[in-house]
Amino acid sequence: MIEVRGLTAAYGRAEILFGLDFEAQAGEVLVLLGRNGAGKSTTLKTLMGLVPSRNGEVRLHGERIDGLPAHRIARCGLGYVPEDRRIFTDLTVRENLEVGRQPPRAGAEPWTPERLLRLFPSLEAMQSRLGGRMSGGEQQMLAIARSLMGNPRALLLDEPAEGLAPIVVDHLAGAIRELKAAGLCIVLSEQNLRFARRVADRACLIERGRIRASGTLEEVQPAYAR
Amino acid sequence: MSYASVLIQFLNGLASASSLFLIAAGLSLIFGVTRVVNFAHGSLFMLGMYLAVALAPGVGFWLAVPLAALAVGAFGAVAESLLLRRLYRAPELLQLLATFALVLVIKDFALWAWGPEDILGPRAPGLAGAVTIAGQRFPAYDLFLIALGPAVLGTLWFLLKRTRWGMLVRAATQDRDMASALGVNQKGLFTAVFGLGALLAGLGGALQIPREPATLGVDLQVISDAFVVVVVGGLGSIPGAFLAALLIGEIKSFCIGLGFSKLTLVAEFVVMAAVLVLRPWGLLGKVRAEVRGAGALEPPLRLPSRGALLGLAALFAALALLPALHAGYTLVLLTDVLLFALFAVSLHFIMGPGGLHSFGHAAYFGLGAYGAGLLVHKASASMGAALLAGPWLAALGAAAFGWFCVRLSGVYLAMLTLAFAQITWSIAFQWDAVTGGSNGIVGIWPSPWLSGKTAYYYLTLAACAAGIALLWRVCYSPFGYALRAGRDSPLRADAIGIDVRALQWAAFTFAGFFAGLAGALYAFSKGSISPETLSIPRSVDGLVMVLLGGIQTLTGPVWGAALLTWLQDAVARGVDYWRAVIGGVILALVLAFPQGAAGFLRERFAR
Amino acid sequence: MTVLAVKDLSKSFGAVHAVHGVSFSLAAGELLAMIGPNGAGKSTCFNLLNGQLAPDAGAIELDGRSIAGLAPRDIWHLGVGRTFQITATFGSMSVRENVQVALLSHRRRLWSLLPLAARHGCAEADALLARVGMLEQAERPCALLAYGDLKRVELAVALASRPRLLLMDEPTAGMAPAERDALMRLTTALARDENVAVLFTEHDMDVVFTHADRVIVLAGGALIAEGTPQAVRADTRVREIYLGGADD
Ligand SMILES: Nc1ncnc2c1ncn2[C@@H]1O[C@H](COP(=O)(O)OP(=O)(O)OP(=O)(O)O)[C@@H](O)[C@H]1O
Ligand SMILES: Nc1ncnc2c1ncn2[C@@H]1O[C@H](COP(=O)(O)OP(=O)(O)OP(=O)(O)O)[C@@H](O)[C@H]1O
Ligand SMILES: [Mg+2]
Ligand SMILES: [Mg+2]
Repeated sequence: MIEVRGLTAAYGRAEILFGLDFEAQAGEVLVLLGRNGAGKSTTLKTLMGLVPSRNGEVRLHGERIDGLPAHRIARCGLGYVPEDRRIFTDLTVRENLEVGRQPPRAGAEPWTPERLLRLFPSLEAMQSRLGGRMSGGEQQMLAIARSLMGNPRALLLDEPAEGLAPIVVDHLAGAIRELKAAGLCIVLSEQNLRFARRVADRACLIERGRIRASGTLEEVQPAYAR
Repeated sequence: MSYASVLIQFLNGLASASSLFLIAAGLSLIFGVTRVVNFAHGSLFMLGMYLAVALAPGVGFWLAVPLAALAVGAFGAVAESLLLRRLYRAPELLQLLATFALVLVIKDFALWAWGPEDILGPRAPGLAGAVTIAGQRFPAYDLFLIALGPAVLGTLWFLLKRTRWGMLVRAATQDRDMASALGVNQKGLFTAVFGLGALLAGLGGALQIPREPATLGVDLQVISDAFVVVVVGGLGSIPGAFLAALLIGEIKSFCIGLGFSKLTLVAEFVVMAAVLVLRPWGLLGKVRAEVRGAGALEPPLRLPSRGALLGLAALFAALALLPALHAGYTLVLLTDVLLFALFAVSLHFIMGPGGLHSFGHAAYFGLGAYGAGLLVHKASASMGAALLAGPWLAALGAAAFGWFCVRLSGVYLAMLTLAFAQITWSIAFQWDAVTGGSNGIVGIWPSPWLSGKTAYYYLTLAACAAGIALLWRVCYSPFGYALRAGRDSPLRADAIGIDVRALQWAAFTFAGFFAGLAGALYAFSKGSISPETLSIPRSVDGLVMVLLGGIQTLTGPVWGAALLTWLQDAVARGVDYWRAVIGGVILALVLAFPQGAAGFLRERFAR
Repeated sequence: MTVLAVKDLSKSFGAVHAVHGVSFSLAAGELLAMIGPNGAGKSTCFNLLNGQLAPDAGAIELDGRSIAGLAPRDIWHLGVGRTFQITATFGSMSVRENVQVALLSHRRRLWSLLPLAARHGCAEADALLARVGMLEQAERPCALLAYGDLKRVELAVALASRPRLLLMDEPTAGMAPAERDALMRLTTALARDENVAVLFTEHDMDVVFTHADRVIVLAGGALIAEGTPQAVRADTRVREIYLGGADD
């Protein structure tokens, strides 16, 4: 579903990614593991078109998406949840969800606010609260829900479990498995093996902008734990 | 006043509130979404007026009005997509420079197309007469305007709060990148919003033609009114703009009705200052979350390299040796360049490291000039005493105004500084007995031993170089660092014991002092001062210098000052449409070097 | 010795009772973890303690002196350092300069106009950065740092005043496990060796149960449990609303 070949990216003069290759299938969760500053977030931002790629190819569902502006990439079916959540603070929860709305995709049950509130019940009571008035964890849930409103084929999650209460993390892991079962392709960046273990099908270890190891989590783990 | 005439004044106020609202709503909308302070909004209004006047004889008034509005809207959309769109990632306020260049270009375009004379528009067919209200006659057309304001308010409110498009606009207002990552085409959205805002301005202008003739001066007059309305109402709040338009419209109408038309301007700005001090976000405004995904990062301030210091020393030496080789007009021009460089550097001190965007810095330049001038003129002080004391008047003014200003931030602060500058200007302009009114003060000449061009040049060089060096040095001091800290993250600064407001207040006063020094030097170099020394265009010149040179660099304002002063001198003397030429040059520079001239050089040499 | 004593602290935002009648105390050298569901009021509590918000009711005493309602900057000068959940640093300054500004502020030198700030306290700043493991990146501007690195810069900044009380809002969020551990060991060392009282929130139960001396649990703005990590972990109410099956 997502195919990345030789991806390089830089912020101005500072090169961050040096030729990444990886791919993820529909119904699969790929975890990008890596320490602080390894380039996980940059990878996801580059896929989303928020950081321009220098070189290489990105394909979504066979279509090339590198070089497209972010909104076109989003409409091609890529959803994105940034690490700092980036909720629209002046919009209500309901409106935050509506901003993400895109037409349903053939062959998949469309996401509606109602369906999402079933996935994240704690948002139910605060539908008309302003985004800026929510706690960090509540914002995280809203950010994930918002990206699902676009009915994406593939979802990029940047450290989604960060800042969530353990019980919500449980719930999130369950939700991710549900999304996976629904055929979504999920690429997720994570430093925390505990959470990664619960959702990952495969993993790539990123170090200083390069892929150091890839395979199942068990195979990659030793290189990371070191 | 009788009851009836109060009523008529009130209705008059309502009618002018409507047209104020149209222009303010567009300005507020554009700012809310694109964070561009559109200085050209008044020019769009003016364009609407002229176009409607030009079209009306052919197609009739009622068709001319919408056509003119649409044409202005289309022009706005084109200007956004060709010009501003390239600048959203540039350091903040650079777009301001571009819109200011548009003011110049549009003004000369109107001059070229329609000539310098005022043009009277037609009456509105069907509404040309008057109705009798409480025994007095009141124009029917004004009743139509009174009804139009709320109608436009309702439409806009519905559009923004009840439609999906409006919701996307509000989302993109806060976080462009995130909105686009959710599939929102923000470019299209921004163009549409800019077009809509321009259309409203054009409509406001076109609807005005039965009431007043189309004139070239209307652009800046309207823009400063619109700024006041937008800020009093709360940026980005359309209902707020409506309320504020009512307030300001009524104040104007009653000032005129009661025979205090001289006080109109002051009253207007006093109301604004009062509202902002009591409600720093305007009547209906909200504290704004920071915009994300906009603007360029400022690089850290590095200590200058040995090479850079040597370069500056060489420049100083060259300037000091120049009179030996060359005299005459060059020295006069260079004197101007030097004191405007000091003015620009003092403005940069609060705008750059301080993050306090002052749109009214000329007030302190002017206070310095008037302080010195009055001492010489009224107290027969010597030049030395006047030069030393003048800047203190400026510092006093800056301390007084700054106390209010630092309670605000961002564009609110900018508008309040503008308001204070306007108040200072109108005092200088109207207080004939002391300031000499519009004639100003003449005969402020330097002491005999400094009266030669060369001697005065040396005085200016020494004072300005010392002032600039001091201001630069302070940027590297703990004070300068703390100032930048307060700008970067007030939250963090507060949490590590920094009293951000007190620092900003001190910086504002400090910068005011040096602007005043430049002003005092200016007074003696010209021999006379007039209210022009503290008018809006002078403040804008300061902004242009800082932004053109590069706000994120230390030396930028000096190059900006040199460039603009030279350009104004060279072009204004030789060319008919000199405003358009300067506007064009500014546009070209902005597009070519969005980091400013000095920023561009730094990028080149850092490579 | 009690450093911080909080009594009946309350704060509402309109109809939301974010913090409601919370009381606890904290001794020098102690690590107290505050846990609770998202939206329980933890960050709000922190904001009340460091003066970002003024409490509606209740008392806050630092070393026996009431600090409720003081401005954040005054509370900092009394010896309270804090890190934010959503990091706040000076983006246009280098990592070292961020610490230097904090040092300058601590020494009340911010009003001097002529010395070069960049030359002030370099060695101390570097020592602090070395402590949090950010020395290699000392020259980089904060605007360009990765999220986990920013958290460490914030800690170094908070330590610049040699605080008596350290408030850390999710200090290890966004860090790799090894760094998490290192950071928490550093925090423990601070508490033990320098007698700093530490209050922190965390959603990572590994961190909480390994490093905290005591745990308090907030839910819906009120304190619902308090005790040793073992006791809190065994509390059924806490398991039900917060922990879930996480520690199996
Ligand atoms: N805007 C930027 N300009 C320049 N460099 C940047 C920028 N943003 C990030 N970097 C640098 O790019 C590198 C990779 O950052 P990235 O945010 O991708 O790391 P990460 O793996 O997501 O780390 P973390 O787990 O801490 O979030 C880091 O060294 C960071 O300092
Ligand atoms: N300014 C505000 N206005 C209204 N409600 C607010 C405001 N700030 C916070 N809240 C609400 O108060 C509650 C407590 O928020 P707080 O940020 O303290 O939670 P928290 O315990 O830190 O959660 P998390 O673990 O997710 O960070 C939340 O329900 C939040 O929505
Ligand atoms: Mg990251
Ligand atoms: Mg919190």
